[in-house]
This record gives sequence, structure tokens and C-alpha cells, in this order.
Amino acid sequence: MQPIADPIVTFRRVQKTYDGENLIVKDLNLDIARGEFLTLLGPSGSGKTTCLMMLAGFETPTGGEIRLDGQRIDTVPPHKRGIGMVFQNYALFPHMTVGENLRFPLAVRKLPAAEIDAKVKRALEMVQLQDFAGRYPQQLSGGQQQRIALARALVFEPKLVLMDEPLGALDKQLREHMQLEIKHIHQSLGVTFVFVTHDQSEALTMSDRIAVFDKGIIQQIDRPDALYDAPANAFVASFIGENNALDGRIEHDDGDSCGVRLVDGSFLKAANGGVGRSGEAAMLSIRPERVRIVADADGANRLPAQVEELIYLGDHLRIRLRVAGSTTFTVKTPVSRLAQSPGAGQQVHVEIAPEHIRALTPMPA
Amino acid sequence: MPTETLSLSAPPNDPVVGLKQRLRRAERRRKLLYGALILPLALFLAIAFIWPIAALLKRSVDNPEVHGALPQTLAVLKHWSGDELPPAEAYAALTRELTAIRGTPELGTAAKRLNRETPGYRSLIMKTARKMPLDDGVDPQGALMSIDSRWSDVDIWQTIKRTGSPYTAFYMLSALDLTIDADGDLAATPPEESIYLDILGRTFWMSLIVAVCCLLLGFPVAYLMANLPQDKSNNLMIFVLLPFWTSVLVRVAAWIVLLQNDGLVNQALIALGITDAPLQLVFNRIGVYIAMVHILLPFMVLPLYSVMKGISPVYMRAAMSLGCPPFKSFWKVYFPQTLPGIGAGSLLVFIICMGYYITPALLGSPQEQMVSYFIAFYTNQTINWGMAAALSAVLLAATLVLYVFYARRLGASQAPAGR
Repeated sequence: MQPIADPIVTFRRVQKTYDGENLIVKDLNLDIARGEFLTLLGPSGSGKTTCLMMLAGFETPTGGEIRLDGQRIDTVPPHKRGIGMVFQNYALFPHMTVGENLRFPLAVRKLPAAEIDAKVKRALEMVQLQDFAGRYPQQLSGGQQQRIALARALVFEPKLVLMDEPLGALDKQLREHMQLEIKHIHQSLGVTFVFVTHDQSEALTMSDRIAVFDKGIIQQIDRPDALYDAPANAFVASFIGENNALDGRIEHDDGDSCGVRLVDGSFLKAANGGVGRSGEAAMLSIRPERVRIVADADGANRLPAQVEELIYLGDHLRIRLRVAGSTTFTVKTPVSRLAQSPGAGQQVHVEIAPEHIRALTPMPA
Repeated sequence: MPTETLSLSAPPNDPVVGLKQRLRRAERRRKLLYGALILPLALFLAIAFIWPIAALLKRSVDNPEVHGALPQTLAVLKHWSGDELPPAEAYAALTRELTAIRGTPELGTAAKRLNRETPGYRSLIMKTARKMPLDDGVDPQGALMSIDSRWSDVDIWQTIKRTGSPYTAFYMLSALDLTIDADGDLAATPPEESIYLDILGRTFWMSLIVAVCCLLLGFPVAYLMANLPQDKSNNLMIFVLLPFWTSVLVRVAAWIVLLQNDGLVNQALIALGITDAPLQLVFNRIGVYIAMVHILLPFMVLPLYSVMKGISPVYMRAAMSLGCPPFKSFWKVYFPQTLPGIGAGSLLVFIICMGYYITPALLGSPQEQMVSYFIAFYTNQTINWGMAAALSAVLLAATLVLYVFYARRLGASQAPAGR
């Protein structure tokens, strides 16, 4: 992880425990760059939401320090932090109209009425709901409520906006639409966004950088393409995107590349993703779209395979194969690239270029 | 397949009408079923609740005594102008009827009813009836006038005419400290006789104080319960409901023991040096307030709790994230959302309080007695059903007005929220 110059937020050795026994966040170090869209991604219980709540001020770290703009904020109460936040179920005040909801943070700051009116109008225009100021939140659709919640978090012009799984309650189509809309608002405002989700495709769509959490630790933090193409460990490889995992043992280690002997005795060359020395166990991570199905064994990095199942998905075909002892080895091929689809039970071969196989240290069971 | 069964049972030549008919039939069957489900309770309510109340309310305008006892006299007086003495037939009819009902309870009730209108009437009737029957051939008019000179008084006859209608507003007006004077105009009851407006005002005032005390004491408890983890809030709930498990009488008696001059509370106060002499805590208004607040507190806590339980703690967090300090967040964001609960709880306590009888009767002095005490007084002691019914009607009307007010105010403000 390269150091970030002049970060807006820094977490240093931050810890959090609720029961005094188990650390839900262990030794967190994180720099957030000014103006970036950072997503905290991870399964539930991985510590990502706790991390966000400590930043917002609703949880107090058990150890370590958090700085915002160089100032320690871990003892500052939430209402003095000036951080915008969008909550999971929007938390729009039901007894206030949309307009009153948006005025709320400005009125608290005792801005002149004319300025409040102008800012509320601009915020509503930003989310394209100019005509809804007089409505109550319950009279809006889920997507509209979502936009108002976002407008309310932005209307007082915070430097930092936090979002706690804000799209979880929306249906799939609306969620994808909102992902792009939030991304565009981020690009036009230049405000720093920190977004929490457990949905990896959401994270890949929206983020400048993604921090993958598991067991209270950031497993990897990087750009979306780097995370996908070069996962740092077996957890990241399996959590982000689809992944075929083959178990084997390192036979020789050549620095950037290595040779791996699989459990069934076959041999593959792979990119070295930070595995140990020769003789140690390795997990090969192979993306389904990087596998080519070929007829014969003439060529490098080819393995025999048996077709188990074909799933037709319109634009592409998913083929489940038996490869090197694994029966869940999946290949994704565009239908247009396939001259003739293989039949179930057919004997074929798979070819994977060595740079698309990542040898990783297996997860401790 | 659903489409297949549909086309099988619907006549293919006229599918639209057939579908509509079948829909209506299906709905009718469902409505009948719903009706059958609520029928037993509806019948029970009609017989045990609505009918008795209606019958009682009718008594507040019922006026059968004179009408039943002196029908012939009233028939004659119907055409009498009321300016001079009534015609001789009136004297004759009265003589006949007094003779007929002499010695029956009917005479007594009619006399009592007339006495309520004009003091001294009872003795006049009784005295006259004792002289009945008159000897044959005696002129009834002269005889009556010689029995008592008041029979030559026009006002005395007007009283009979006035109280002779089968219905009267007398009781309802009395319950509001109003009366109809000799000229037939609405007038205030003389101050020494007017008590009911004071009592009504006192009932309202005491109910208001009790409701406010319950709100002040109940709100924090309900808030705590709504924000504690489930197991702890359940334990707290048991304590809230505990008073329900003992009878009101037992609790009232317990308060007397605790609050009396040498009771536990006074002993503690004296031992702590807070007072030298025991405080008068019972048989006055303080005692009534203490006991009523204690009894009615659960009726405040439960509606508040159920409303607060539905308010997500995220709202407070959202307000704080928008820069609002914690107490202001509570006041601006949390509190307004509890208003339906405050309204429901306060109304419940207030309405129950308005009808309270036992607690003020046992713990209060005469200065603490509320409308219900007088209703009981009129039904049990003086057997004045008209007055009891009229006071009940006033109480019922006040309660209904309050309820409508509440429904309008909170119903309207809650409509957009859709809860």
C-alpha cells in the first residue's frame, strides 16, 4: 500500500471490542485520500460498519486514534464532526416534509433563511426532485427517499460523506441506477465518499478504491481492477468476483512466476501471488472468463477436463467442468466465441495462460 | 392451471357478466362470514352496553311522575292560558285523581317531583290528599281553597302544568346549573344551589393534573423500556404491570395505611427531620392525586411504549450526524414522533379519570368528590334517576367531545405520515 499524501482521514492502530474479549476491528490502519470514493467491502461481521460508525462518532474506538484533517476526532461527539451520513433505511424524519428534512442541518447551523432556501433548492435540483419539497417522506418511492437522504447528507456541504449500505433496500434495477447516480454526484462535487457495502459488484461499479474487510482486518485495499486481477490472498480472490480454486503444492519458485503440482498430479505454471517456498501448499485462483476450452492437450498449461453441465445464459455460456479433482470448475464463454458448444460428458481440455493463474497462500481452514 | 379452471366455470358466451356476478357472490359470502365473526360480540355490546346507556340517557329527560299521576288534570290544564285561576273542571279533576291515588306510592313520587320545582309543594299535596274524598255535592274549587289557600295561587297551578309534560329538560339544565324561571326563560340557578359546574370543573381539573403527572412520570420509563435490550425491558414491563394484579380497593386501602398521619411515609419524613409534625397526605387532594396517578400510570406507559418501540434509534443518530446536539435532536426529532403515544395515553388516563369514583370517595374529603360521586349519590341514596342520568350524559358528552378533538388533531397530523 503506497502512502497517501495529505489524507483527509487517517486510522492509526484502531481497535474496537464490544465484549472485552473479541476484537471486532483489529489494528486498523487506513488513509483516505481527499476526494476519493472509498468502499469498505466485506461480509457481515467483518468490521466494516463498525469502522464507519467510529468515523461517524457513534462508536468509540477501544484503542488507537482517528484523525480528520489532521485533528484527532475520536473524542469529538458526532454532532461536532461535520460529517454527512446516509443511513441504511434513509432515516428521513417522518414528521417533516422533504423540504424541512433538508432545512434541518442548515437551521441547526443557524444560517440565514435566504441562504437556507437557496441551498435546499440546489440540493433538490442535484437529485432532480425539485417539486417534492412539500411531500412527506412516506409519500415518496424508495429511490426518491434514497435521493433525499443523499441530498440531506450533502446540503450542509460536509467534506466527508459516509454511507452505510444505502442501497440495500432497493430492488436490483433501481440499485444499479442509483449506483451510477451516486457515482456521478461524487464526480461532480469532489467530496470524499466512504461507502459501506457487502455487495462486491456494487463496490466494483462505484469505487475509486476498495478496502476488503474480513475478521476485523483490511485484507487488501486497491483499485477495483487491481483487486480483481491481482487479489492479494485467497479470501479476496474468492470474495470478489467468481473464482475457480485449485489446490496444489509449489514445485519451483521463480520469483514472479512459479510451478505448481496439482493434487491429481498435473502441473501448471502460474503467477506468484506471494506464496511460500517450494514444497508448501498453494491455492490457484483462476477467473472463469480467462479459461479457454480446447480439443487436445497440445500446448502449454493445458489440463484434461470433462464437461459436467452446460448453462445457457443468452449472451454467454457457463460450462461446469471436472478439472484436476474439482467438480465445480466453471468456465464462462461468450456464445459468439464458441463455434460449437460441447455436450455434457464430453472429454475436452482447458488452457489458461500462466499470467491469469494466481498462486496464493491457502486460507487457514 | 388457473386459466383453465377459470374458463371452465365461467360461461363462455357472456364472460364479463358472469365474472362480475361471481365476484359479487364471492364478496357477499366473505362479508357474511365477517359479519358472523363479529355477531356475538356485537349482540353482547348492543344488549349489555348500548341499550342500557340509551335507556339511562332517556331517563335524563324522562318526566313520568306528574304525567302518570294526574292525567285528567293535565288534560284540562292543556287549554288553560295560565294568566288567571284555572277553570272549575281543573279543581274537579284534581280532586278525583287525588282521591284515586291516595295512599299509593304514585302520590308520593308526584308530590316529591312537584316539590323539587316549588319547595313546600309536597306538604301541600299530602295535606290535600289526606282530606280526600270530599263529601258529595261539595264544590271542589271552594273545598280545595279552604283546605289550603295556596290552591288559589296561579303559580301553584302553573307548576303542575309545567311538570306535567312527559319529557323535561329540567335535569339536564340542573346538571349545568341552569333552570327555567317562572317566565319560561333560561336562567342561572341561584348561587347557593349551583354546584354542578363547580364539580364538573373540578373533575376536569383533577383529571388534567393526574394525566399530566402520569405523562411526566411515565414518559421517561417508557423511553427507557423502548431503548433497553428486550430481556431487560420485559423485566421492567412486569413492574409497570404489577399494579394491575391487585384490586383497586386493596391499593387504595394500602395508600391510606401508608399516607395516614402515623403512616409509614409520615414516620419516614419525621425520622429524616424533613418535617416536625405529620403532613396531611390523605383525605385531601394530595392523597387522591397520589393514588390516582399510581393506579393510572400503566395506561400512560403502555401506549407511549408501543409508539416509542416503533421509532428507530437511527433518527437520533441521523439528527446528530446533521450537526444537531443530542438534547435538541431528542426534542426536534424524537419527541414529535412520540406525540401519537402522548395523545393516546393522556386521553386514556384523562377519560378514565373523569369517571373515577372509588379513589376520591375513599381517599378524598368532600372537596375532592368528582361527578361520578354525585351520580352514585343520586342513584344509590336519593333514587333520583333523572339527575343521575343527566350527570352521566354530561360526562359522556364531555368525553366524546374530547375524543373527537383528539381524533381530529392527531388524526389530521398523522395522515400524511400514513401510520
